[in-house]
Amino acid sequence: MLGVGEAGVFCAPGRGPGFHIDPWRPVERAVVTHAHTDHAHWGHKAYICSTTCAPVLKARYGAELPTQPLAYGEAVTIGDVRVSLHPAGHVLGSAQVLLESQRGIGLRFAGTEPWEPVRRVVISGDYKLQRDPTAEPFEPVACDAFITESTFGLPIFRWCDPAEVFDEINSWWRQNIERGRTSMIYAYALGKAQRLLAGLDPSIGPVLVHGAITKLLPAYAAAGHAFAHVKHAGLDEAKRFRGRAMVIAPQAAQHTPWLRKFAPVSDAVASGWATVRGTRRRRAIDRGFVLSDHADWPGLLQSVESSGASIVGVTHGYSQTLAQWLSERGKRTFTIETRWVGEAPDEAAAEAEPDSGAELLDGAAGGGADERGALDGAEGGST
Amino acid sequence: MKRFTRLYDELDATTRTSEKEAALEAYFREAPPADAAWALALLTGRRPRRGVSPRQLRDWAAEHTGLPAWLIDECYDAVGDLSETIALLLPRCDEAGTGRAVEYPLHRVINEFVAPLASMAEPQKRGLIVRLWQELEPRQRYILHKLISGSFRVGAARRLVVRALARVAEIEPALMEHRLLGSWLPTAQDLAALMSPAGAADDPARPYPFFLASQLDDPPETLGERAEWLAEWKWDGIRAQLIHRGAAPGPSTAVLWTRGEEIASGAFPELVAAAREFPVGTVLDGEVLAWERGAPLGFAALQRRLNRVGVIPSLFPDVPVIFMAYDLLELEGTDQRAVPFEERRARLEALVERVPEPHVLVSPLVEGATWDELGKHRAGSRDKMVEGLMLKRIGSRYGVGRTRGDWWKWKIEPLTIDAVLTGAQRGTGKRASLLTDYTFSVWRAGELVPIAKAYSGLTDEEILAVDALLRGATIERRGPVRIVRPELVFELAFEGVQESGRHRSGVALRFPRISRWRRDKRAADADSLDVLLAMLRAAKR
Repeated sequence: MLGVGEAGVFCAPGRGPGFHIDPWRPVERAVVTHAHTDHAHWGHKAYICSTTCAPVLKARYGAELPTQPLAYGEAVTIGDVRVSLHPAGHVLGSAQVLLESQRGIGLRFAGTEPWEPVRRVVISGDYKLQRDPTAEPFEPVACDAFITESTFGLPIFRWCDPAEVFDEINSWWRQNIERGRTSMIYAYALGKAQRLLAGLDPSIGPVLVHGAITKLLPAYAAAGHAFAHVKHAGLDEAKRFRGRAMVIAPQAAQHTPWLRKFAPVSDAVASGWATVRGTRRRRAIDRGFVLSDHADWPGLLQSVESSGASIVGVTHGYSQTLAQWLSERGKRTFTIETRWVGEAPDEAAAEAEPDSGAELLDGAAGGGADERGALDGAEGGST
Repeated sequence: MKRFTRLYDELDATTRTSEKEAALEAYFREAPPADAAWALALLTGRRPRRGVSPRQLRDWAAEHTGLPAWLIDECYDAVGDLSETIALLLPRCDEAGTGRAVEYPLHRVINEFVAPLASMAEPQKRGLIVRLWQELEPRQRYILHKLISGSFRVGAARRLVVRALARVAEIEPALMEHRLLGSWLPTAQDLAALMSPAGAADDPARPYPFFLASQLDDPPETLGERAEWLAEWKWDGIRAQLIHRGAAPGPSTAVLWTRGEEIASGAFPELVAAAREFPVGTVLDGEVLAWERGAPLGFAALQRRLNRVGVIPSLFPDVPVIFMAYDLLELEGTDQRAVPFEERRARLEALVERVPEPHVLVSPLVEGATWDELGKHRAGSRDKMVEGLMLKRIGSRYGVGRTRGDWWKWKIEPLTIDAVLTGAQRGTGKRASLLTDYTFSVWRAGELVPIAKAYSGLTDEEILAVDALLRGATIERRGPVRIVRPELVFELAFEGVQESGRHRSGVALRFPRISRWRRDKRAADADSLDVLLAMLRAAKR
């Protein structure tokens, strides 16, 4: 069966211990869809993840992290459940999780109890259908039940061709150089930053990255994305390249003394939220470029359609809205409350650095058997 | 329309005045005159008549996209602006498979689509809008929606527009302002006249730019000696210029211009008739006041008159008006603005003395040898139905705009009351999607009755904090308004109390704004309606 407990989404096979998918508390065994910190928590005893995700996780949490890499399409059997990973197109190494069981997997979410068990369930994690040279392209996976994110689950979200967005970004950069300003784009250190690096025109000027991004570049190099022209944005580089450089930094850098070394700065965000004028303006940032690593509304509908699933679970984002839309179109739907964030509208909250784990360690005792107890209704129990 | 959309986005994207001005200047240099003329009209606040209601836009968008109304409402909730919501909801041109977007020049968009819309039948309106939706990109649709719904606003102060345009025309900003205050149409021809070199023929109807007073927050002693200043009452009316000029050999022109840069002759025909009694070549600066038996009737009375354009004054004996003159800008066709203030006043008094016209009075000087004595007069302002005192420097010329130093308004302290926040609504623009427009109530016999809406006065941080508290305190939704649990208390400042048939409380506040958040008070500690009723009785006495 598949349900959600205190530590997160949990699968209990017919026999043997179970496993979690992207749990938010330390557990025995976690299948991790990708290395963003709202999905890949610190402190699990085992991380089952894609081959290209593993080095990124290690770059974040240390080389000793107990990862169990799986190639896309390769399967591991846990109890009577076959688990395999399939590209999600979100960031390097991101995966959808396919769970298969001949006996059937019972769905144990609010409102799903009476439903028949299903044979194939896909948990999408975060995903996008758009082209992104730095992430393995999304592959539709046929299933009976599809659990999808809904970060941008409203029809106002319709992405443009990324090539157009990069044209805008590059010409903004040129304009800033003319005015003697450093260009600063705030972006998630993992994924969005590298996607930007791949789309910038390096003939315009020097490209620098904040330390949080520098740290992740070797994992990208190992996957064939070298970014040889990119420099670390240290103080010397600030002095040398100020006024013409393009700097990519996490949002948290916005009000730091580090940023002032690059003054005068014109800043921007690259996010799906830049679609909406109000959110763009409230952040007090000069420009907003609409570039997202999540599916837009047509993308969400298309992926639901191509999965062939008749049951759809909707998580983080506009979950009620997307679920209602799909149920009006004949799907059986349910929503799942998770602590996954996707992309936060007003700050990089989803991308908090993974060192504030003290209180999270307290939950480390939570094991498989205990979780099952919690799932069966003993909420607030032993974990 | 692409170029204009880019200008709009550039103005929207920055808060730096210099960048806004540079964007405006670049636009006026690059845009074809027919488009620039319309852009200028829009940027200076002329709005096309509303041709389509929000309701119609929403319904057509629902039909066109096949999206259910509830989903459009969800989107609106996330965006906070209907024009933007619908612009984003519709598929982009490349998605819809109808090929590339069509580019229309701005003047065609307005002349051929926006302006005729108001007089079209509903099916034609709908047909036109749906066609434009398919031809325009989302950003341009957004501008179109703002234009057709009469809600177009742009993030650039008028003075920036005037400065940028003056720079392109290579004339003084004051002269450009002067020209813009006159009558012109958004055409290439009239734009060319506005942009022509200095010295072009004067329009007899044109007013002078108003000189504005600054608020005096420090004690008057900081202004120096009392003897260097003249004091007048600060009247609570409509600032205006009353003009009578000749256009020989034709008939002369008499006109009343308000500070809102509108001709208000239609609402106050008796004042225009009075202007004709003055010699040709006269421009008076002053205040339109509702006036009876030697005293003001208050602003509410004046508002009743304003709303009746084209009235025959004898039909409305309840609201007689006068023009309270306090400056002389032109005498016998000669600009008086460089003449020292006390001399202008003397000439004004002499002129009005000569013309036996009961509708024009001269604002009297307020005596008092010291600042202290003057302060005592000021303290009696509310009884006289005035807002305080005006202090004008002896020897000063009539300036342009709000140049600090020579004219000060020394207003009386506002009235205040502690009221409970009982309703909230989303703001617009930067504050779209935040709850910033509040309804306030006070106690009457154990229940809370609304007395005012207010939306300014809080810091950005306070707005966020209040927003978060209100979202958790919503009891009920009535359309866009959330009724919230009465928990938060604010001190409201306001300039006066009026009777009102529109509020359930029977009173309305003049210029209400939030002066501070009373975190120390609970709802039960807020004031009662009796406090306002007492103020109302005091004002009437």
